[in-house]
Amino acid sequence: MAKKTFRQAINETLFQEMRRDPRVIVMGEDVAGGQGGSGQIDAYGGPLGVTKGLIGEFGASRVIDTPITESAIMGAAAGAAVNGLRPVAELMFVDFFGVCFDQIYNQAAKFRYMFGGKAKTPLVIRTTIGAGFRAAAQHSQTLYPIFTHVPGLKVVIPSNAYDAKGLLTQAIRDDDPVIFCEHKLLYDTTADVPDDAYTIPFGEAEITRDGDDVAIVAFGRMAHFANEVADKLTKEKISVRVIDPRTTSPLDEDTIIEAVEDTGRLVIVDESPPRCSIARDIAGLVVEHAFGALKAPIAQVTCPHTPVPFAPPLEDLYIPSPAKIEAAVRKVMAYKG
Amino acid sequence: MQLSREDLLDSYRRMRTIRAFEDRLHDEFALGGIPGFVHLYAGQEACAVGMCMNLTDEDMIGSTHRGHGHCIAKGCDVEAMMLEIYGKKGGLCGGKGGSMHIADLAKGMLGANGIVGGNPPLAVGAALAAKTLKTGKVAVSFAGDGASNQGTTFEAMNMAVVLQLPVIFVIENNGYGEGTGVSYAVGAKDIAQRAAAFGMPGVTVDGSDFFAVHEASREAVERARAGGGPSAIEMRITRYYGHFEGDPQLYRAADEVPGLRENLDCLKKFRQRVTETKLLEAAQLDAIDRDVATLIDRAVAKAKAAEFPGAADLTTDVYVKYA
Repeated sequence: MAKKTFRQAINETLFQEMRRDPRVIVMGEDVAGGQGGSGQIDAYGGPLGVTKGLIGEFGASRVIDTPITESAIMGAAAGAAVNGLRPVAELMFVDFFGVCFDQIYNQAAKFRYMFGGKAKTPLVIRTTIGAGFRAAAQHSQTLYPIFTHVPGLKVVIPSNAYDAKGLLTQAIRDDDPVIFCEHKLLYDTTADVPDDAYTIPFGEAEITRDGDDVAIVAFGRMAHFANEVADKLTKEKISVRVIDPRTTSPLDEDTIIEAVEDTGRLVIVDESPPRCSIARDIAGLVVEHAFGALKAPIAQVTCPHTPVPFAPPLEDLYIPSPAKIEAAVRKVMAYKG
Repeated sequence: MQLSREDLLDSYRRMRTIRAFEDRLHDEFALGGIPGFVHLYAGQEACAVGMCMNLTDEDMIGSTHRGHGHCIAKGCDVEAMMLEIYGKKGGLCGGKGGSMHIADLAKGMLGANGIVGGNPPLAVGAALAAKTLKTGKVAVSFAGDGASNQGTTFEAMNMAVVLQLPVIFVIENNGYGEGTGVSYAVGAKDIAQRAAAFGMPGVTVDGSDFFAVHEASREAVERARAGGGPSAIEMRITRYYGHFEGDPQLYRAADEVPGLRENLDCLKKFRQRVTETKLLEAAQLDAIDRDVATLIDRAVAKAKAAEFPGAADLTTDVYVKYA
């Protein structure tokens, strides 16, 4: 199996799914780039190079460069999805949801329910998330909790190249609207990725490290930090189970609850501000369903309740770090009721 | 396309059905049997019907919170609509959409929309699907003067021009966005010209003149179908009832609506023109009026008698498949 980057895994998936199904189109700002310029077409291939080459094979009718008008992009993708296409629309940075959210949460997400089950909206919104890019307050958020809150949307947060391919393939073949969150700092990470297409079902967590003293739930880039901490603590005979839920909607609640029943201790890592976050959501779930199993209070490692800062040392402090995760694990291990 | 006698009878039937449907809802709402918000289309019938007479079931329309007229003009089942507006089982959306979200995808009716300016991007998407899949269909976005000021409308118009999509933007300018007049809220005054500034043909028609609406719509639909790209039509019209049912319309002078009903009623004008030119006989139109009255009586009786959806329906149809 070939090592591929997260970026290559997504690019390859788009090629394969567009070949497989002529109804799949890609649309967004500079998904090719170069239209109307004096230079070359496919000048960008996506602002971060993820859609490079698609226009060469599939042409401008299926790889559609749009004006910088996110409401029209999201609305057109939603309208096309209920009328027979399977659009993969790009929201360049998730932070831009503020100028187009109506078309996503009031329109696409609700068609099926509002119309009594008659609508199918097979729409994928690919978007980039995450801090650490020195891009400051308006290009660095994760915001997946906001999408997770909306009934009718599915929310996917792959943590590695293998999952990215399987989950994106599933998203494109799925008949519901999916928000597909790509962490910017994962694009150059590599994993073994099969050449052939495969799907990973939504709502199935992956246990990336097994253990029975404490469980860590972590998403996206944070899953890597959790694994790092687990590997380090194993040497001290602290056995850590790491769970990467991979999707927040649907959420694999059973795997999380089972981990708490087995270990009695839970640390949740969430690269988001703490209020109304996925961390709080999971904490609430566990308190409701596994209260009796808890040997220590649930620890939540999140960002502070601030916008993402620009100055590099401040941004580094903002993001949950392996050191903070390790401290949280040690704290729940040391807890004496 | 010349309108045949059959087409004229069909057009009149659709317009009369909308009027009777809305007049009856006005009465029934006052009696308290209808849940929620209802926004009536009475007065604007020629706009929806004049356009939709140029469309097939396969063509797609996006609508507004004032959407009953668009549904009827596009051929939605009137009894199923009434059931939906009463929130009953068997309604077009199983009672889960209601007046503001009524839809019938099988008839190309992509939904009323509770968000002002909600549908223009969606109609652009429907047109994008038509163009990409080469189906020959066209999409029509019905929006009001209020929506004509929304950014979504501007974005949708620009994208439609950039991608040369088969979409028609119908702006029904009924003089008021909620309780504020167009002369105050629309900076440019001329909505068609503002649409034209995006790079497409934009015309203004008298929305109470079915024949003018039909002709302008025919040109736009033919252009779109032939690959000539988007168009905009501003239809100047009035609404007889308030923004919502229960709106006392204090923003309108007492004599405004009675004067419009007297002089600019689209049904009266249609009847006068087709009878004076001997295209149709008054007796034919009277027969339609009676049919429609019976249909509406039956629809209301059926809706009142129907059951509400059951508790099990609360959580279905959120996803095609979840976990």
